[in-house]
Amino acid sequence: MTSLPAESAVKLGLVIDLDTCVGCHACVISCKEWNTGTGGAPLSDVDAYGEAEGTFLNRVHSFEVVRDDAPPMVVHLPKSCLHCDDAPCVTVCPTGASFKRGEDGIVLVNEDTCIGCGLCAWACPYGAREMDRTAGVMKKCTLCVDRVTSETLPEADRVPACVRACPAGARHFGDLNDPEDPAARLSAARGGMDLMPEQGTRPVNRYLPPRERDEGTVVNLVALADPAEDAEAGGGLRWLDRALAKLG
Amino acid sequence: MHPAPSLIVFTTLSGLGFGLIAWLGFGVHGAAPGWVVLSFCGLAFVLASAGLLASLGHLGHPERAWRALSQWRSSWLSREGVLAVATLGVFAVYSALWGFGGERVVWLGLLASALALATVAATAMIYASIRAVPRWRHWSTPALFLALALAGGALLAGRTSVGAGLLLVALVVQVLHWRRGDVAYAEAASDMGTATGLGARGRVRLLEGPHTGASYLTDEMVHRVGRRRSKALRRIAIVLGFVLPAVVFLTLEAWPAKHTVAGLAVLAHVAGVAASRWLFYAEAEHVVGLYYGRAAG
Repeated sequence: MTSLPAESAVKLGLVIDLDTCVGCHACVISCKEWNTGTGGAPLSDVDAYGEAEGTFLNRVHSFEVVRDDAPPMVVHLPKSCLHCDDAPCVTVCPTGASFKRGEDGIVLVNEDTCIGCGLCAWACPYGAREMDRTAGVMKKCTLCVDRVTSETLPEADRVPACVRACPAGARHFGDLNDPEDPAARLSAARGGMDLMPEQGTRPVNRYLPPRERDEGTVVNLVALADPAEDAEAGGGLRWLDRALAKLG
Repeated sequence: MHPAPSLIVFTTLSGLGFGLIAWLGFGVHGAAPGWVVLSFCGLAFVLASAGLLASLGHLGHPERAWRALSQWRSSWLSREGVLAVATLGVFAVYSALWGFGGERVVWLGLLASALALATVAATAMIYASIRAVPRWRHWSTPALFLALALAGGALLAGRTSVGAGLLLVALVVQVLHWRRGDVAYAEAASDMGTATGLGARGRVRLLEGPHTGASYLTDEMVHRVGRRRSKALRRIAIVLGFVLPAVVFLTLEAWPAKHTVAGLAVLAHVAGVAASRWLFYAEAEHVVGLYYGRAAG
């Protein structure tokens, strides 16, 4: 059924800290490593030693925020499926291959019934779904459902691969519908936000905005680098400057 | 969006085929049962089916296409599939009774007409329901698909003056769809600020993309190449798809060899609609482009 289930009591998801993400792409690689080897078809690469392109479930985009009263701010934004409560990718699926789990809200694709029409990828505003060029089926973040529900992996590994790999501690996993969950509490404390709330998807994943920094401390770097300013300061440099000026 | 040939052929031909079915449901002027009726019905079948077959070319797993009939409760694509199969089934019975049996069952014809139009509407709603593509999410999308299907179907069904009139109506809808579509992306609530959640802090721009090569996302949804010639293609679509066939069909009685001329005008119409469909995909911008630095404009 591609109708959405009744809202689940448990909403598993990620809290991603834009303040601490350093943009190293370790989450991208660990995601690909784990998910190419477990469940479903491998995440194929095409022309890996040439014009290389491939299927990834997680990508890191880097943005610059240009501010009037402070230096520009660089923000790395890792983007994967947000496991939305009102997931448009689920309801458009004609076969029932795309579904949202009633018990924990994870959005998954059944690769055995996916016809590879691509409509779910069109419906997703975030670009969270990628068609695998080799397998001809839709791929997306599973929230590492095989890790988080595992009973055999060591306790520390029962989180998504991206969370486990993050060297900066920028990624947190938990039940975001449980106010006592550490990830949910972090999100509440830091003002966790939705991406594109106006799209009406009600994402489960939350992004923690960068902390305020550098505000009101604008330093004019151009002025510091200007030799004419130094010449005015006097001393040997001023003499040298005049001497050079006489030579033309 | 990537203008996939399979989808352009599909929506162009099946729109024409289902449009013809919609008119044949009301009968054909002066056609006695027999080969004339059967060739009209056969043409509708061939066009609709060829379109549907072309759409299979868009699938990663066409052998599983039958599964697409299951989710009609939530999915417009599934509804389109169910309606297309139902239309062709009802129309097959209607055509056989009419062409071979000599009796046109009126209620069956009307049912086929209604189903055919519902199929075209469902096709359009696949696009009109996608909020992430602002150009498509508008009432003018189903209006355009229906107007083109009805106009093209009327031309094929030999209803020349009605067809010419409908072509002019379709042209108005087409121009409206383009004009509104040209500002849709800029007027949509989504921008790079909302996409990143950083809009309140300043102007957001892409500093470094997530990958150096292409990807499914950039090929499929951040596609821009097909837009380069959009002005020329719009002119071609207007002249070939609407104006030329309308003029020819309004003056058909004055032409020598009018069947040949009418046939050529229909071919021009198909070419014009195909150009319009190319632009329908190529000009549509998906909000995921915001994550790739594609601001409006």
